[in-house]
Amino acid sequence: MSIEILQSGLLATIQDLGRFGSQKYGVIVGGAMDPLAVRIGNILVGNEEGEAAIEITMYGTEILFKEDQLIAITGGQLDPHVDGEKLPMWRPVLIRKGQILHFKALRSGCRAYIAIAGGLEVPEVMGSKSTYLRAGIGGYEGRELRTGDILTFGYLTEHSKTLTKQLQEMPSHFTWSVNYSSFYTFKKKETIRILLGAEYERFTKDSQKKLISSPFKLTVNADRMGYQLEGTKLMLKKQFELLSEGVTYGTIQIPSNGQPIILMADCQTTGGYPKIGQVISADLPRLAQLQPGSEIRFQIVTIDEAEDILIEQEKDIHEVKIGIQFKVAG
Amino acid sequence: MLLEQKRISIRPLSDSALVVQLDKEINSIIHKNIMNLVKLIEEEPFEGFVEAVPCYNNVTIFYNPISVRRHVSHVPFKSAFEKVSASMMEYLDMLDDKMDIKNRLIEIPVVYGEEFGPDLEYVARFNNITPEKVIELHTKQDYLVYMIGFAPGFPFLGGIDKRIATPRKEKPRLSIPAGSVGIAGEQTGMYPLETPGGWQVIGKTPIELFTPKTSPPTYLQSGDKIRFIAISKDDYLAYKEPKQ
Repeated sequence: MSIEILQSGLLATIQDLGRFGSQKYGVIVGGAMDPLAVRIGNILVGNEEGEAAIEITMYGTEILFKEDQLIAITGGQLDPHVDGEKLPMWRPVLIRKGQILHFKALRSGCRAYIAIAGGLEVPEVMGSKSTYLRAGIGGYEGRELRTGDILTFGYLTEHSKTLTKQLQEMPSHFTWSVNYSSFYTFKKKETIRILLGAEYERFTKDSQKKLISSPFKLTVNADRMGYQLEGTKLMLKKQFELLSEGVTYGTIQIPSNGQPIILMADCQTTGGYPKIGQVISADLPRLAQLQPGSEIRFQIVTIDEAEDILIEQEKDIHEVKIGIQFKVAG
Repeated sequence: MLLEQKRISIRPLSDSALVVQLDKEINSIIHKNIMNLVKLIEEEPFEGFVEAVPCYNNVTIFYNPISVRRHVSHVPFKSAFEKVSASMMEYLDMLDDKMDIKNRLIEIPVVYGEEFGPDLEYVARFNNITPEKVIELHTKQDYLVYMIGFAPGFPFLGGIDKRIATPRKEKPRLSIPAGSVGIAGEQTGMYPLETPGGWQVIGKTPIELFTPKTSPPTYLQSGDKIRFIAISKDDYLAYKEPKQ
């Protein structure tokens, strides 16, 4: 069982939920920009939630399926088509042998994920299949997918086998799909909730106020490493030297030009710029789905609230999981 | 406990990570305590522990708040952050003098100057000394590896002799080759991967600092001591030749 990359598109990489445990060696966590979409995709095809998926950025990727294959596409609406027909997202679908999956255009969101039943057969490096582009490790030979690459899959779980069989006997996809509206808006304006960063107090009162009262625009400098924002300048009361220390996905740093940078999935393990805020984990998927040019407003929450929101989101994911099991069994 | 309680602070980095800072000061004793703390946590991890990232005077502790909360429903903590903070104070109480991690001393061969260290002359001029003196001062002391960060295997080392301190380049280079040894302010370090960067490059080591197929994946680790050894261009090339 395999697929062949016909067109890589803008950027397609293999990502799971991240490479943990090696940050003390300077090895980044990486992983999917939108881990929620990967988890739901895997649940839909009967994989373990943390199995690696293909992260498609914006548009252009084309993939040939060499056998019948159960997949699910989640995340941003990149207009997936199979042999010229629109392919439904957020549900298990069976792609038939010889068919070509094509991500035609960026409709809403920014990154789509292909979860494939059986999982992608690439070696784990330091406990993860995620592609670490800068170090050239993980994923498919440590790099982005290119034309001609052939990807193979692991063994199907019982659940995946049942789904595949059901779909082979009916018109290739179910009529239901996961309701993602509690997780995403896919709008070009998002309110992103943040915790105060370690150096928040060292910014001027005016900048502290503007952090939440004024909108920021996501520039085109928005990739897996970081999002460069544009808006009101946020200034320190006075300059000071900060030692490098741990940073993470969602850390909002303010370099000396006063324009925020949000660190994304492929961020370095440590950083030395003042941290004004930290995006809460539950809002990282929505952040990952923002297109350049989108408007971001920040809203401050407490650590207790951030945890509660995360736990609510976890419950919602659990409900999705139960719902899928119910539908498949029914 | 070895540490002064009032100097310790714990703050969230995110809803899944917190920072334990042992002191505002930076020195080898504080750092030894950080490494001891990391060792204790890794040997007897709390429920939900993910990983620890030691830095100069603090350590970032990553945890899974959902599994922490799952295990605290019956005790009076209102958040995973509070619970993990309390665990940290317990670990800190367990630190004692007898814990002594031996620092490894690692020699790093470096060829200084010319094409290997294009900024050696600048560093010398900036400090009004000769390039030879820069090399002498750079190799004469041992450096503690305070942390690995910025890139895989990139060591942040203890302070250099102030007589060779040089500010970063105004405009970072677009590409600095792997193995480059540099100076930035009062810091010195080495680039494990080819990368853009603003450090003043004074030399190059043939050592591979990042080896993803080995465990651990880096040549250096936090807590090591290193010493730079000046080598010739021939030594460098011999080192780089494949071993028979």
